[in-house]
Amino acid sequence: MSTTLKFTALLLALSLCRGLRHDYIDNYIDNYIDEVTEEEAELVAQPSKYGSLWPLPQKVQLSEVSFKLTSSSFRIVDAKDSTAGPSCSLLQDAYRRYYEYMFGIAKRQQLNKGRRTGPSELTELQVWITSPDSECDSYPSLTSDESYELSVNQPYAVLKAPKVWGALHGLETFSQLVYEDEYGAKSINSTTISDFPRFAHRGILLDSSRHFLPIKVILANLETMAMNKINVFHWHIVDDQSFPYLSRTFPQLSQQGAYHPYTHVYTPADVKMVIEFARLRGIRVIPEFDTPGHTQSWGKGQPDLLTPCYSGSKPSGTFGPVNPILNTTYDFMSQFFKEISAVFPDAYVHLGGDEVDFTCWKSNPDIQKFMDQQGFGQDYSKLESFYIQKLLDIVTTTEKGYTIWQEVFDNGVKLKPDTLIHVWKGNQQQYQNEMANVTSSGYRTLLSTPWYLNRISYGQDWQGHYKADPQDFKGTEAQKKLVIGGEACLWGEYVDATNLTPRLWPRASAVAERLWSAKDVTDINDAFSRLSVHRCRMVDRGIPAEPLFSSYCPHEYKGI
Amino acid sequence: MEVMYMVRSGRYTRLNVYLLILSVLQLNLHTVEGVWPLPQAFTSSTERYPLNPQAFYFGYGRQSAAQQGCSVLDSAFRRYFSLIFPDYTDVGVDALSNLLPVCVLDNLSVSAGQASLKAETVWGALRGLETFSQLVYQNDFGSYFINKTEIEDFPRFQFRGILLDTSRHYLPVQAILKTLDAMAYSKFNVFHWHIVDDPSFPYQSSSFPDLSSKGAFHPMTHIYTQSDVRRVISHARLWGIRVLPEFDSPGHTTSWGKGQPGLLTPCYNGGTPSGTFGPVNPALPSTYQFMARLFKEVSSVFPDSYIHLGGDEVDFSCWKSNPDVRAFMQKMGFGSDFTKLEAFYMENIVNITSALNKTSIVWQDVFDYHERIPKDTVLHIWKGIPAKYQEELSRITKAGMRVLLAAPWYINHISYGQDWRNYYTVQPQNFSGTEEQKKLVIGGEVCMWGEYVDATNLSPRLWPRASAAAERLWSDEKQTSNVDKAFPRLQDFRCKLLRRGIQAEPLYVGHCKHEYQGV
Repeated sequence: MSTTLKFTALLLALSLCRGLRHDYIDNYIDNYIDEVTEEEAELVAQPSKYGSLWPLPQKVQLSEVSFKLTSSSFRIVDAKDSTAGPSCSLLQDAYRRYYEYMFGIAKRQQLNKGRRTGPSELTELQVWITSPDSECDSYPSLTSDESYELSVNQPYAVLKAPKVWGALHGLETFSQLVYEDEYGAKSINSTTISDFPRFAHRGILLDSSRHFLPIKVILANLETMAMNKINVFHWHIVDDQSFPYLSRTFPQLSQQGAYHPYTHVYTPADVKMVIEFARLRGIRVIPEFDTPGHTQSWGKGQPDLLTPCYSGSKPSGTFGPVNPILNTTYDFMSQFFKEISAVFPDAYVHLGGDEVDFTCWKSNPDIQKFMDQQGFGQDYSKLESFYIQKLLDIVTTTEKGYTIWQEVFDNGVKLKPDTLIHVWKGNQQQYQNEMANVTSSGYRTLLSTPWYLNRISYGQDWQGHYKADPQDFKGTEAQKKLVIGGEACLWGEYVDATNLTPRLWPRASAVAERLWSAKDVTDINDAFSRLSVHRCRMVDRGIPAEPLFSSYCPHEYKGI
Repeated sequence: MEVMYMVRSGRYTRLNVYLLILSVLQLNLHTVEGVWPLPQAFTSSTERYPLNPQAFYFGYGRQSAAQQGCSVLDSAFRRYFSLIFPDYTDVGVDALSNLLPVCVLDNLSVSAGQASLKAETVWGALRGLETFSQLVYQNDFGSYFINKTEIEDFPRFQFRGILLDTSRHYLPVQAILKTLDAMAYSKFNVFHWHIVDDPSFPYQSSSFPDLSSKGAFHPMTHIYTQSDVRRVISHARLWGIRVLPEFDSPGHTTSWGKGQPGLLTPCYNGGTPSGTFGPVNPALPSTYQFMARLFKEVSSVFPDSYIHLGGDEVDFSCWKSNPDVRAFMQKMGFGSDFTKLEAFYMENIVNITSALNKTSIVWQDVFDYHERIPKDTVLHIWKGIPAKYQEELSRITKAGMRVLLAAPWYINHISYGQDWRNYYTVQPQNFSGTEEQKKLVIGGEVCMWGEYVDATNLSPRLWPRASAAAERLWSDEKQTSNVDKAFPRLQDFRCKLLRRGIQAEPLYVGHCKHEYQGV
């Protein structure tokens, strides 16, 4: 792979200094294009001294000494003193997965006992879980210890981690250290790594409502998240357009609200499969059931849940947000979230709360009457707060923590101190102000604004995603610590199974490094070089991650 | 020539307990406007006929000039049977062997019992088969139907192309073949193969094997062998698609220099060569000997009577720096006008290919700089905003030259939202000029340059956005001027593409009955 690196670098350098030919959109934006070209032209990729490590670990010491690995003798095994033994299937599955990533499935061979191992051969990676509870059979959480230490040396490499979560990340890192020499032999350099994430919450939002995403696509992307040390799958599972979640308690919701009641739904078994597949990769699944807005599809299977809109004095036949004035609404929500809290094991649930349109509420005479009774006057944000507070009380009884979109905070709804505020709006200055406001009020926060990956543009937009830092805002050290991470969002208006994966990767990888690696990892040239090879590695593992710029991968995508 | 389909009512086996439900569902009447691109003349009624895959077959009309043994149609029947009846692919071969002579009707005509398709050539028949396949639909029980329909159709423009760039990223042959399939579904008829460029030279030349062994990204895995090229050409032919190769020079040739020392101009830094190279060296006779041999090979490998010679974006700074080139300029009396040197070069290349009986297509730059090129040369417009390319259309057609329009269809330029609307609303003949001038617009091309595109994202980036341009190039402009009216039909068409295994991305929120099943 080192030769590959050199070649890639040469070619990239060559293409880049020639600039973007044939690339007019029109004369008006020529200047813009030139700018982009110039900016990109600075990216003359030298092979990084860190090879293809992505995201970059916190501490890396590399040496020139290299060892060979052969598929016939190399093994990943439990260390003698590890607290997770052969019964920990999470690790055993991961060992097999990473063995196959490194050597390919076809090349799996029987251990050749008679063969002597060479002097410069590495035959073993010992995985050593050090804390008494390995958490092998638990779910990952916001407070999971994800750290690990990796030492590649003879006679064997050692991966030490307090918990299985760190071991999973360490296995990924180990696999990223392996490269092919000029003769195709697998090699690894003597290396010492000590690693841990900068932020605890590193998420990706997928939207299965605007377009249904087949389970296979979700699983493939969980797989890819693990390759990028992303640890949260934020499942924006329902929205206005469709309700694909098959609820045991309210089966009518998907029966009536899904695009199709059988082919475009997630059954309880599907959801279970996603959660377990994610767990085995150290990924949390946080479901979002967004209310009171974004609920058109809920109304189809749950009559009277939504507010009937009025045109003059008569119902217009259309519906608005959830009806906040009926007791039945809250009975429904109690039962529904009781189910959700049982189905999704994570300690957090995302309750949405964004973009509530007041026009329908305003048109409805019953709601107006209720506003009068409550003394809300004409302030419909008070009605929204009323709803949200009742909802939060309901969810609190299920013993879940909750995340909400920033509007709920902006509207002054009373929140539990451990609420997570998800920032998604505005330009750079606006979201930085918001981060400052939220944290100065003592709430923990998550950033998504700069990482709306559904917004595509021509060229290397990953650079912009890479440069955004969630702690860049005015505030005290204590405030900065309340930033628990961020999420890349791939909203589904223009995305389905046909284009999701190449649109997400490697652009989301840029976010992954920002959220994992140290704050001062900002060298864009070095990132370009590592990311180019990282994307080829994803392609090699069967993931159609799109190219960063003119170049090639040794093994191009074949899944056409 | 004529082709016919038998639309047998056959046994209607579904009439059982479902009958009641069936009648309810059928209130949701299928509207038959689901053909993309829109045919020129179209009448259909709500009267519909079931198609029984067990009994349906294609046959040649008795008076058809093409009969069984015509490779293009024999294989098209096979393909379209599977496309029309996705659940019955195995039955296809049997049904096809059962060919019957039939009577002749005009153009595409579907009525009870049988449908007939009349076309001057097999190429028209292919387009008609595509249209026919799009008319067939399934109800909720999976039964196939087609409505009574009459269609008369022909393309607005002769040249409806897609450019793929296999130099900036190598595209595996499989990706090219798949694109050809999808092109036929949108009635595209030219694959413009921008096969080599600065970054890599994947074409394996039998005369100059070093070009790819030194100039490709990888000499074994990232090349197109002669048999790969033949495979692409024959696959394209069966779909009625021409393969137009582009060997762009004198610029965009960095990768050529690796396998052909002495071809490129050595750039100078002061009085010494800098070690870098510029465009092809136009001052050396060896250059033209090389080009003559290369184009001789290319002309015989690619059967199309047109060849694309590029000629765009030549950077003069290297030529200027080179003392030998400057001496040549003096000798030729070009002064310091390097466009004359470029003109000299392009004329030589055009003459080489003319002698090989090929008509040249060149990028507009060649017209902009000089006009001593054969009158039958086609100019390819790629630059600028509408006002600019309209001026250029006007200028070039005024000089009596034919043009191809690509400027508004640089589909590699992505943006958020429904940018297909911009591709749809282009008016290729909207420029100031006489009717004669308008006729010189022979068509247009969708360009997918490869900086950010390879096999991982080509298909969803190309489809259905390119289909918007396809309708502009095929259909009548007046009938297709309303982009909002086109939207549901295009949505429907993209679901058809998915059903056929083409990874076409969504236009907006919604769903298809059969979603894409890959990753």
